Amino acid sequence: MNAKKQDHAALSEIFNKDEERVNWHDETLWWVRQKRDKAAFGVPEWEALRETASAIKHHTLSNLHDYLTTFEQKAVENGIVVHWAAGAKEHNDIVLSLLNKAGTNKMMKSKSMLTEELHLNEFLKEQGIETIDTDLGERIVQLLEEPPSHIVLPAIHRKKEEIGALFHIHLGTPEGNADPKLLTYAARLNMRDVFLTRKVALTGVNFAIAETGEFVVCTNEGNADMGAHLADIHIASMGIEKLIPQRDHLAVFLRLLTRSATGQPITTYSSHFKTPRKGKEIHIIIVDNGRSVQLGREDFRASLKCIRCGACMNTCPVYRRSGGHSYHNSIAGPIGAILAPNLDMKEYADLPFASTLCGSCSNVCPVKIDIHQQLYKWRQIIVQEGYATPAKKAAMSGMNFVLSNPGVFRAAGKAGRWVLRHAPYIAANKFDPWYKHRELPQAPKASFNEWYRKNREQHE
Amino acid sequence: MSNRDKILSAVKQNQPTLVSLPEVAQFDKYFTESITEFKKVCEGIGATLHFTDSYESIILLLEEQFATARPVVTSIPELAAINSSSAIFNSPQEYENIELVVIKAQLGVAENGAVWITEADVLERALPFITQHLAVVLHKDMLVATMHDAYKLIGKDNYGWGTFIAGPSKTADIEQSLVLGAHGPRTMTIFIMGTLL
Repeated sequence: MNAKKQDHAALSEIFNKDEERVNWHDETLWWVRQKRDKAAFGVPEWEALRETASAIKHHTLSNLHDYLTTFEQKAVENGIVVHWAAGAKEHNDIVLSLLNKAGTNKMMKSKSMLTEELHLNEFLKEQGIETIDTDLGERIVQLLEEPPSHIVLPAIHRKKEEIGALFHIHLGTPEGNADPKLLTYAARLNMRDVFLTRKVALTGVNFAIAETGEFVVCTNEGNADMGAHLADIHIASMGIEKLIPQRDHLAVFLRLLTRSATGQPITTYSSHFKTPRKGKEIHIIIVDNGRSVQLGREDFRASLKCIRCGACMNTCPVYRRSGGHSYHNSIAGPIGAILAPNLDMKEYADLPFASTLCGSCSNVCPVKIDIHQQLYKWRQIIVQEGYATPAKKAAMSGMNFVLSNPGVFRAAGKAGRWVLRHAPYIAANKFDPWYKHRELPQAPKASFNEWYRKNREQHE
Repeated sequence: MSNRDKILSAVKQNQPTLVSLPEVAQFDKYFTESITEFKKVCEGIGATLHFTDSYESIILLLEEQFATARPVVTSIPELAAINSSSAIFNSPQEYENIELVVIKAQLGVAENGAVWITEADVLERALPFITQHLAVVLHKDMLVATMHDAYKLIGKDNYGWGTFIAGPSKTADIEQSLVLGAHGPRTMTIFIMGTLL
């Protein structure tokens, strides 16, 4: 794929060609952020809840080995089959073998960012298995043959007219009709048949409870429940970081999750799966895929506290104006930018730089991940490891030379001021990325140093 | 080494020094188990609320509100009269054409309008999802203020499956326009039992 080779800046440039769409995208996500604020401000103990959630997650990560084995033991006692997968290949092979065992080449899947990360759909397609994403937003991007651009709002980058045209082709809705109600209803009718006939349903996992061996799946549409309760086999894929110690800890996390995500007080459905239905099967696949490595990185392990609410994306001035696809990673936005370099530092070297470090992400994070600090720390590691772009490396070593030689620094300052006053076109041109969308400032006649020396002489 | 052992040994090696599990604080009672608050939140998320003091009045209301909704299935013995048929369903798929399901809710949460239902309250796990319309009966004494209170009541209950349901199924996946009735019920009605208003 050629698009893979383009970095965040280049992909943002493509997104920014349509200014009207960028503004619409920006405003839509800011509206979601405002709904989050309203919901959060309605809970007086909000800050205490964030602090508690963060501390519970910290504790869980510090005892993760034991919580994983306890969870496994309890889940097995509950009649659930537990599988372990080190990476994408292992996970996807387990899913394939379960489908083969069930004798079917058709699967239904509710939202699971983990399976996006593991490229499950593409793998199954190569094996002749058809997967249908049952969440409306996910179905839209699946029919468009694109990845989701947001972890909670997968099709947020698409306008209703585009979805109307898409559904006209695939679901036979009237041409030119872009009424969200009509389109949703068409998808509902179409998906009924999928729910009623497919034998295997895969869901994600929002929380896994060590003490009881149960897991919780949250949706607004009811698609995870429709799939899981109608299928013979329910596969639940989860990262090792989904664990929490006790059932009553769910109170803390369920109070935070949806208020942070969409501003609703709770998702429509928060389903707790403990045992399979009589004669049916539940399989849990516990996936590592780099998480145990991230756990060992002291500066970055807090990223594993993430509960995937998407609040950091909705608030991010860069995400809102560059779109989710510019992050070329299954998880976009600030959280994606601190998770991705752990998986492939070279491939995702650009992402920690796709930020203004304004810190808004850290301020809205329901589990208080220090996202902007981690972005800053990743930048240093990426440069040290030699993954910065050649232009950035050249600029940095140039800066290093100038800033560590006072004589050079003074001369460069003088030259810079002269250029800005007498020949601004030398700096203000399209080769200077800082000039994009900005006017250069009026250059002062003298530097502070020169001014200070002159004034001091006058007043002495 | 198996995948399991590989993952567990990497986790053990990389996990940080053990820190203690925090206590979840007893927050000041900002939220209360107030029925008016519960009603307000429920209506905010698209549900309809009725106060009632008898199953007879629930039947009357259902017959009025869902006059044309057939078939109807209920798991509440006191409402057996509204069951459209006494047929036994052998698989959840057979509930495909159900229009209205009426079930008992074990508790309701004032802060978010959610009601708690477990396998014991439904004939099939799919039932509250596959139906076009869902109605639940909740006793007024089973209203709690927050999710913390809810889990205190749920305690160590040994359900096989349980769920919080907050309003009708919904989506805003098309341009953030809220549409009620995604893949689950298109409406939700809550009867609060034991109130005379």
